[in-house]
Amino acid sequence: MKYLRKSLNAYKKEAILSPLFKLFEACMELVVPLVVAHIVDVGIAQADRGYIVHGILVLVAFGAAGLLFALTAQYFAAKAAVGTSAELRRELFTKLQALSYEDIDLIGTPQMITLMTSDINQVQAGVNHTLRLLLRSPIIVFGAAVMAFTVDVYAGLVFVALIPVLTAAIVTVMAVCTPLYRKVQEKLDGVNLSVRENLQGVRVIRAFCREKEELAVFNGRNADLRAAQKRAGRISAVTNPITFCLVNLAVILLVYVGGIRISVGALEQGDVIALYFYITIILTELVKLANFIYIVVKAVSSMRRIGKVLDLSDEPSLFLPPEREEGETAVSFENVTFTYRGGGAPALCDIAFSVKRGETVGILGGTGSGKSTLVNLIPRFYRTGVGKVRVNGADVDAIPKDTLRNEVAVVPQKSLIFRGTIRSNLLWGNDGATEEDLLAAVGIAQAADVVEAKGGLDGEIAQEGKNLSGGQRQRLSIARALVRKPKILILDDSASALDYATDLKLRTALKGLDCTTFIVSQRTVSVRHADKIVVLEEGRIAGLGTHEELLKNCGLYREIDASQGGDEA
Amino acid sequence: MKRSTLAKILKRLKPYTPWLLLTVVAAILSVAGQILAPYFIGKAIDGLVYTVDGAGKRVMDLHALSREFIVIAVCIAATVIGQFVLSLSNNRVAYHVLASVRRDAFAKIGTLPLRYIDDRAYGDVSSVILADAEQFADGLLLGFTQLFTGLAMILGVLAVMFVMRWEVALVVLLVTPLSLLAARFIASRTYKMFKAQADARAEQTAFADEMIAGLKVVKAYTREDENGEIFGELNEKLRKKSLSAIFFSSTTNPVTRFVNSVVYALVALVGAMLAIATVGSAAPFTAGNLTAFLSYSNQYTKPFNEISEVIAEFQNALACAARLFALIEEPEEPSDEGLPSLENVKGNVKAEGISFSYSPEHPLIENMDFTAETGKRIAIVGPTGCGKTTLINLLMRFYDVKGGAIYVDGTDIRTVTRRSLRENFGMVLQETWLQTATVRENLCMGSDCTEQEMINAAIAAHAHGFILRLPKGYDTVLGEDGLSEGQKQLLCIARVMLCRPPMLILDEATSNIDTRTEKSVQDAFAKLMEGRTSFVVAHRLSTVKNADLILVMKAGEIVERGTHAELMQRRGFYYELYSAQFAGDLRGTE
Repeated sequence: MKYLRKSLNAYKKEAILSPLFKLFEACMELVVPLVVAHIVDVGIAQADRGYIVHGILVLVAFGAAGLLFALTAQYFAAKAAVGTSAELRRELFTKLQALSYEDIDLIGTPQMITLMTSDINQVQAGVNHTLRLLLRSPIIVFGAAVMAFTVDVYAGLVFVALIPVLTAAIVTVMAVCTPLYRKVQEKLDGVNLSVRENLQGVRVIRAFCREKEELAVFNGRNADLRAAQKRAGRISAVTNPITFCLVNLAVILLVYVGGIRISVGALEQGDVIALYFYITIILTELVKLANFIYIVVKAVSSMRRIGKVLDLSDEPSLFLPPEREEGETAVSFENVTFTYRGGGAPALCDIAFSVKRGETVGILGGTGSGKSTLVNLIPRFYRTGVGKVRVNGADVDAIPKDTLRNEVAVVPQKSLIFRGTIRSNLLWGNDGATEEDLLAAVGIAQAADVVEAKGGLDGEIAQEGKNLSGGQRQRLSIARALVRKPKILILDDSASALDYATDLKLRTALKGLDCTTFIVSQRTVSVRHADKIVVLEEGRIAGLGTHEELLKNCGLYREIDASQGGDEA
Repeated sequence: MKRSTLAKILKRLKPYTPWLLLTVVAAILSVAGQILAPYFIGKAIDGLVYTVDGAGKRVMDLHALSREFIVIAVCIAATVIGQFVLSLSNNRVAYHVLASVRRDAFAKIGTLPLRYIDDRAYGDVSSVILADAEQFADGLLLGFTQLFTGLAMILGVLAVMFVMRWEVALVVLLVTPLSLLAARFIASRTYKMFKAQADARAEQTAFADEMIAGLKVVKAYTREDENGEIFGELNEKLRKKSLSAIFFSSTTNPVTRFVNSVVYALVALVGAMLAIATVGSAAPFTAGNLTAFLSYSNQYTKPFNEISEVIAEFQNALACAARLFALIEEPEEPSDEGLPSLENVKGNVKAEGISFSYSPEHPLIENMDFTAETGKRIAIVGPTGCGKTTLINLLMRFYDVKGGAIYVDGTDIRTVTRRSLRENFGMVLQETWLQTATVRENLCMGSDCTEQEMINAAIAAHAHGFILRLPKGYDTVLGEDGLSEGQKQLLCIARVMLCRPPMLILDEATSNIDTRTEKSVQDAFAKLMEGRTSFVVAHRLSTVKNADLILVMKAGEIVERGTHAELMQRRGFYYELYSAQFAGDLRGTE
């Protein structure tokens, strides 16, 4: 909630003015019964037609004034709500971008997108309705009570008794309902899950002849949902009858008290009419409130979810006081052990090796052996738990985040190219790159034909690079990394969609560059010419050396090489 | 179309006729109470008259009012009971109908021809079962009662008003449509603004989706600030569009409220004048009458606004219902009840002159023959789109052949139940599919196996190790993306291993596992496959080398067949394909 307050702060003026004008509008509305009372007590009682016409004109004037106040209030409410949600959305986007990889993994893309879209919209609706309606209701309710007091103190007491009882009733119903509705949502998630899984897995389910069992599971979840809906519906069904009942009982009491007060000469008939209208106004307002309260309840839980993400801390730029980068060693791992948050066993265990500037290093290993994890520690996407990773002699924890990532370019397994042009994507590597720089990078990445196919560097790229093939995306994403002219280049299995000939050309071209290169692969052929090959198995180094050395003294490497037809060479 | 949808809805509602009748009775009860209460309150107020006694004191007989009070209390009770029963019976009908259409729609997933599901995006089908069903229940059933009570309220109030005093009733009748017109006018004006808002939102969402999906790349290239700027611009644009849309649409309430207050004033005017004119007459228009009328004019205008909303929802709900029924009525796969099951399968598979196409304009497989002897390993190779996956669809009878026939042990597979056919195939597809359930449940899906059998299968599939490393071992619930693609595939392999079917189908199943693991898995498979026929869509050198028979497909035809050695010798299409697809290892050595 504190974030909401912060975002709302920029719209403090609107957030105050809106309810204020609502208050004015409510006053206009609250005066109406008094005018009607006078029409009855004076106009009708004394048959004064002029007085009546006068009173009616006053009513219309108050209505018009109320309209103006209401419109002003709506404008400020809309401005505050829209502005607040825009502010919140910007803040959330900034926060998401500032999160560490660990937090990104933890939250997950689908949830982030839900937060950015439906949750924020929910909050916007909530703020808007709160300013417009939720504040109006108490104003009207208490205003009506206050007006009742001005008419008659004893009658006012009826209101004083009614309001707490009504509030208690509504709050109780809401308190009981909210968890019930949460249950409904949970059950609905179960039904959603069944539907999604059965559609996506339709072939497997049929292959295993599981249609009947799946239907049984769904029927169970569906029945659960129905039961939860009925339970919640039963409670919320009580709201309207209860308010109606309480308000009308109060009316009876009021007429009775009114009668007594008339008989002692403290009131007139018209006053009782006015009091009756005050009570009706309260009823109308409460019914409206009950309908909108649900929006607010949803907004609050959305805001809570957003708040949880905003609570996360940004990824720090530095963990340790900065160190100078110097020395001949480009990258070194010193007894590094790394465990993913929430992961049981360490993903990397006791990794130690160092790489000289300009060397090419192959990282080889099976699925889940820790190859990607290892290279992700170099630009400090994840922080080592035990041991140290050094880049150019400095502890990565002691190099500012942006500096480090400017020196290290990673081409990830999944190549992501964004909407725009080829040029706009390549410039991600370096905004200051010249046309020659771009074309040179494209050449090395073997992507000249991609650029040509798209009609030059300004060729359009669709969202998520959908108008490119997997191999084209990979080559462009390699080019993007090269534009950066990195000191350390990491290809994380990023040539897997390339055919062998292109892969070979790429590796040959990379050799000519003046940078330290890491090539992560499952294929020995991609790494056999590296100056050094690190063989990983289940997070540990199983072999370290050149192709020839490893063939001689690393059983695992020999086995992998043989299984890939290495002997036929 | 609309009419038939309505008829279907009524048919669904039929079992709930008693509940629906109860709903109607409850609605009438509640409306009657709400209409009569103000009338009697008015009468009670009229009863607040006093005489002045000799001492100048007011004398009033409050006991005379007790009859009115009792009647009002009865009205309250009627409304309370009516409203409550209305909600309950209505909820009951709505949720039961919702659950029943959902159940029917879901059951279709299991019985529809695969073509129906393949032809559509998953989201389209699931949104019918989830969102459309919801809107149908909300809009149609809940909306129906609102519509009904609203109408009853309007008619009831009108009737009572005309009975009480037609002159004043006429004023109410004539002026209230104004508020409806005002609301409609605003709605038509704001439509464009909402459209502009939706466009701006779509633009921003597209950008945010893309960048959030690529967050790691954004961070790797330190593009946070640049993205923040672009997002800020889009955000500002959205803010402006939203402001106008939301503000203008929110003027509806104040404007209708104003119109209503004009109605109120007019009623007060006409009523008050009438009261003066009728003083002392046989049927005076009393202050209490005026009170009741003013209260009615409020009650009368409210349902109008609600009804116009309900009608819009109603139309939407009808459209949803139409989609829902279209799905429920979609023709199912022809039933195979009564057909014999395929039993004691040896695994001799034979295709004779089969042809198939997904659409008549694009013939795919034509007049294809092959024989897979019991226990042999058949590798299927060919360029993308050559019909490899289609062949698997036909073997499993996800689709039926258009011409020719496929025989298992000499039996045409269309003459036995699909279930018995599929039970004899073990299948691992290109895309892995695991349920949100425990590892154990996912592994044992197709069989009643013992703990030890399950663990043995996991060990054989090289999955035991990483399963134990999961937080709760075999009892870990698999999330949507907890495991790597390779690990998921190992689980799918273990799942098939447990079934020990006589025939196996592997659709590029091993392409995501590193070669070394694949080799171990293949060793395990080799053991499993002794005496079992297997079809493998091959992408790996080792697979084709070990195959007993390679079927080389091109554009839906088998262009070559034989063993690896034979085909290499022939130097035909396979040789070309092999050089491009598999032999990179050779060329990579320079």
